Amino acid sequence: MNTVSIIVLIVLAVLTIVQVMRISEISSSIQGGKDNQVSEKDNDTQGKLLLLVGMGFVISVLVMYWAWGYHSLPAPSSEHGSEIDGLWNLSMLIINVVFFIVQPILFYFGYKYRGKKGTKAVYYEHNNKLELFWTVVPALFLAVLIIWGLNVWSGLMMPENEEEPIVIELYAQQFNWTARYSGGDNQLGYATVHEIAGANIVGVDTKDAYSSDDIITKELHLPVGKPIKFEFRSQDVIHSAFFPHFRAQMNCVPGSKTYFQFTPTKTTAEIRQDKDVKNHVAEVNEIRLAKGEDVWEFNYVLLCNKICGAAHYNMQMEIIVETEDEFNAWIKEQKTVAETL
Amino acid sequence: MSTTSTKNEHFQDHLMEHHHKENFFTKYIFTMDHKMIGKQFLITGMIMGIVGVMMSMLFRLELAYPEQSFPILEFFLGKWAPDGVMDPNMYLALVTIHGTIMVFFVLTAGLSGTFSNLLIPLQIGARDMASGFMNALSYWFFFLSSVVMIASLFVESGPASGGWTVYPPLSALPQAMPGSGTGMTLWLISMTFFIVGSLLGSLNYIVTVINMRTKGMSMTRLPLTIWAFFVTAVLGVLSFPVLLSAALLLMMDRLIGTSFYLSDIFIGGEVLSYSGGSPVLYQHLFWFLGHPEVYIILLPALGISSEVIATNSRKPIFGYRAMVGSILAIAFLSFIVWGHHMFVTGMNPFLGSVFTFTTLLIAIPSAVKAFNYITTLWKGNIQYTPAMLFSIGLVSTFVTGGLTGVILGDSALDINVHDTYFVVAHFHIVMGLSAIFGMFAGVYHWFPKMYGRMMNKSMGYAHFWLTFITAYGVFFPMHFLGMAGLPRRYYSNTAFPMFDNLADINVLITYFAIIGGIAQLIFIFNFFYSIWRGPKASQNPWRANSLEWTTPVEHLHGNWPGDVPIVYRWAYDYSKPGYDEDFVPQNVPLAEGEESGH
Repeated sequence: MNTVSIIVLIVLAVLTIVQVMRISEISSSIQGGKDNQVSEKDNDTQGKLLLLVGMGFVISVLVMYWAWGYHSLPAPSSEHGSEIDGLWNLSMLIINVVFFIVQPILFYFGYKYRGKKGTKAVYYEHNNKLELFWTVVPALFLAVLIIWGLNVWSGLMMPENEEEPIVIELYAQQFNWTARYSGGDNQLGYATVHEIAGANIVGVDTKDAYSSDDIITKELHLPVGKPIKFEFRSQDVIHSAFFPHFRAQMNCVPGSKTYFQFTPTKTTAEIRQDKDVKNHVAEVNEIRLAKGEDVWEFNYVLLCNKICGAAHYNMQMEIIVETEDEFNAWIKEQKTVAETL
Repeated sequence: MSTTSTKNEHFQDHLMEHHHKENFFTKYIFTMDHKMIGKQFLITGMIMGIVGVMMSMLFRLELAYPEQSFPILEFFLGKWAPDGVMDPNMYLALVTIHGTIMVFFVLTAGLSGTFSNLLIPLQIGARDMASGFMNALSYWFFFLSSVVMIASLFVESGPASGGWTVYPPLSALPQAMPGSGTGMTLWLISMTFFIVGSLLGSLNYIVTVINMRTKGMSMTRLPLTIWAFFVTAVLGVLSFPVLLSAALLLMMDRLIGTSFYLSDIFIGGEVLSYSGGSPVLYQHLFWFLGHPEVYIILLPALGISSEVIATNSRKPIFGYRAMVGSILAIAFLSFIVWGHHMFVTGMNPFLGSVFTFTTLLIAIPSAVKAFNYITTLWKGNIQYTPAMLFSIGLVSTFVTGGLTGVILGDSALDINVHDTYFVVAHFHIVMGLSAIFGMFAGVYHWFPKMYGRMMNKSMGYAHFWLTFITAYGVFFPMHFLGMAGLPRRYYSNTAFPMFDNLADINVLITYFAIIGGIAQLIFIFNFFYSIWRGPKASQNPWRANSLEWTTPVEHLHGNWPGDVPIVYRWAYDYSKPGYDEDFVPQNVPLAEGEESGH
């Protein structure tokens, strides 16, 4: 039934188009239009439409900023995050200024110089000064962005530590995350896929001295204000550990280790009081209640951000940022590798 | 110099003597005539385009209404959409094949294959390509690869599903996802044929442009289309072989147990015997092609729009030399920026810095191009053909999408939006839309040259406005999804309550996508209707300067009935003072005291 109605719909659509074409061809031949050439009237209509639709697009971008701009992630919850956001804001400012200048000019020129009978275009081949100008000006702005960008980047990738960071391994597999804390010695024990068996899901080598105090958990607790050095591993395909609220992301590559370090600055309790987060939660819960779903409470979350298979869209881990005391209390309750394996 | 040109003429006259009687097979199937081969590429590209766009509409439906049942999904996908609900594996397969088809089959072969073949001999004043046989072979390899790619859709375990970049180990291990079985093998075979075809074509284009220009057609008098096709071909020849090697190594990892990309893998309850390989190696090889590929797609579109904008503004293209210079600069830089796709793979931070630097440099020649287009419109006498509208649309999308590249090219900012919908928005606008707009502009503009008839302009207008509005309607809102942190390639975003308030945007995007997709039917109808029923075209319907409009409307093997025209000026003498007409074709000798300047 459905198939038949779809086919009928398509046939009807095609017939409509045929009729519209016939009419347009006949009317253009009545008006003396020669082999479908553009007329002065076309130029006028299309030029005006270009201005109208073009400016409509530019205005709709403003509307989108107003309507959806607040969907953007809340202020970062990590130290380096605010540096990224500073650079982000400057870059966004520059590209938006260019956008809101260049697009209207394009559409306005399209309208202003729409073809008219009896006018002749100006023969204007080149102007070296003008071209030099718009080579040098973007270059200057880019120089600022490049220099600042590289500064932020090297700060992120090669952080200078005043205190020794806490080492935590994040272990990825289809389709879940596991955390391994390095314990009192702050050294992760050796691990390899060859040791994976039963409860030893991350393949830690129990004979390695560093491994005995390691702690394997399915929840990621982080102490606020402490630098944390993540080591990433994957056992099967490439995953990507994406911490949007902390402005952090790193791929987990089977066969090698990758690293990323950041310092959380807001506990989960604190971020829940953030104005933007509160609004976000309220909006989401309104939607969820209407659909009869559970009320949602904000939590930091770790996502997988590299296509990894069927359940890629649901590979997540809760992150709890807490005070140092709370963190210490929690970690004391956890069992070490020596106790579990 | 003189010997070369006599030899050249000799060769071209020789071509003319071959006027075989043509039957259906030699004319339409095993043709070696560049114009017919161009049309073969176009029609095949269009068919692949229909498949690619339809796939996107299916997965857009799923993204807007996750977990809801649609009979149409079951109709198209069968067992992959039980009870009308799409299987997550099928979602990934659709995304993968949509990307592969659009990037390679439509925007590489369909765009560059069509217009390089059609225009290179016609615009440089050659009787045909340097090697007609290689040219035909290039099309047939492309055809073969299209057939294999389509065939892979019907494999029991599903087509390749690891994303169009098919990163191993996901794409290497059938245990990781069903699509990495036979479907993936066929994908690799298809791409191998594709690359062979593309290389044969590109070599031919390069040789033809270098050796077979008519008398007077110096490199600085070439239309910008030819510059774009020429540089595109050079990019293809230098980068596609690297993808071929990447594909072959992947095939060996899959089929004969080598470990180029694989190491230390535990999957399906056992440790695999691979050791010592690196998945990141594949990414380096892939993106060494992948980034030039972006410009292999984009440059022909920019070349086409340069030609269309100059012709229809009735003005010389502004800053011809700067335009050529920026094409060359973009092409050069495109080889040293591939790492910006890999900022978060854990690469050496110093490398990240280098790639940030080179990537942001590309903004400079791109800005020059955009400003030069706009200045070409300034004080023009713009003729709004559908081709012109699409070209202006291209400038708009090129600017919009190019600007977000400044964010993504910056390694520190990329961390934040890498692999989110922000990226999807960026590359669809700057590469997808710009290239497809360029392709439409090319079809509308050169349709009279291809078929001797005109396309219907009212339908062209309707097609443009619907496409322009819906295209932005689909891709602009995706920036906001990305800034909210939504990753791409998610089957649904219902697993994270933090994304619940984005559902409305997804619905809106899907509406635009479906309207935009249906609007393409206008184009397809107009195209086929006009082939047979369109009004007969005059010899030079757009009053353009370049040489293709000096050939008769009816196609001849060898293009010109008499001698090949001699060129006296560049292709952009529009509205030149001292001439009554607002165009002076390239084969018109200089008036007394007139300086060519080029």
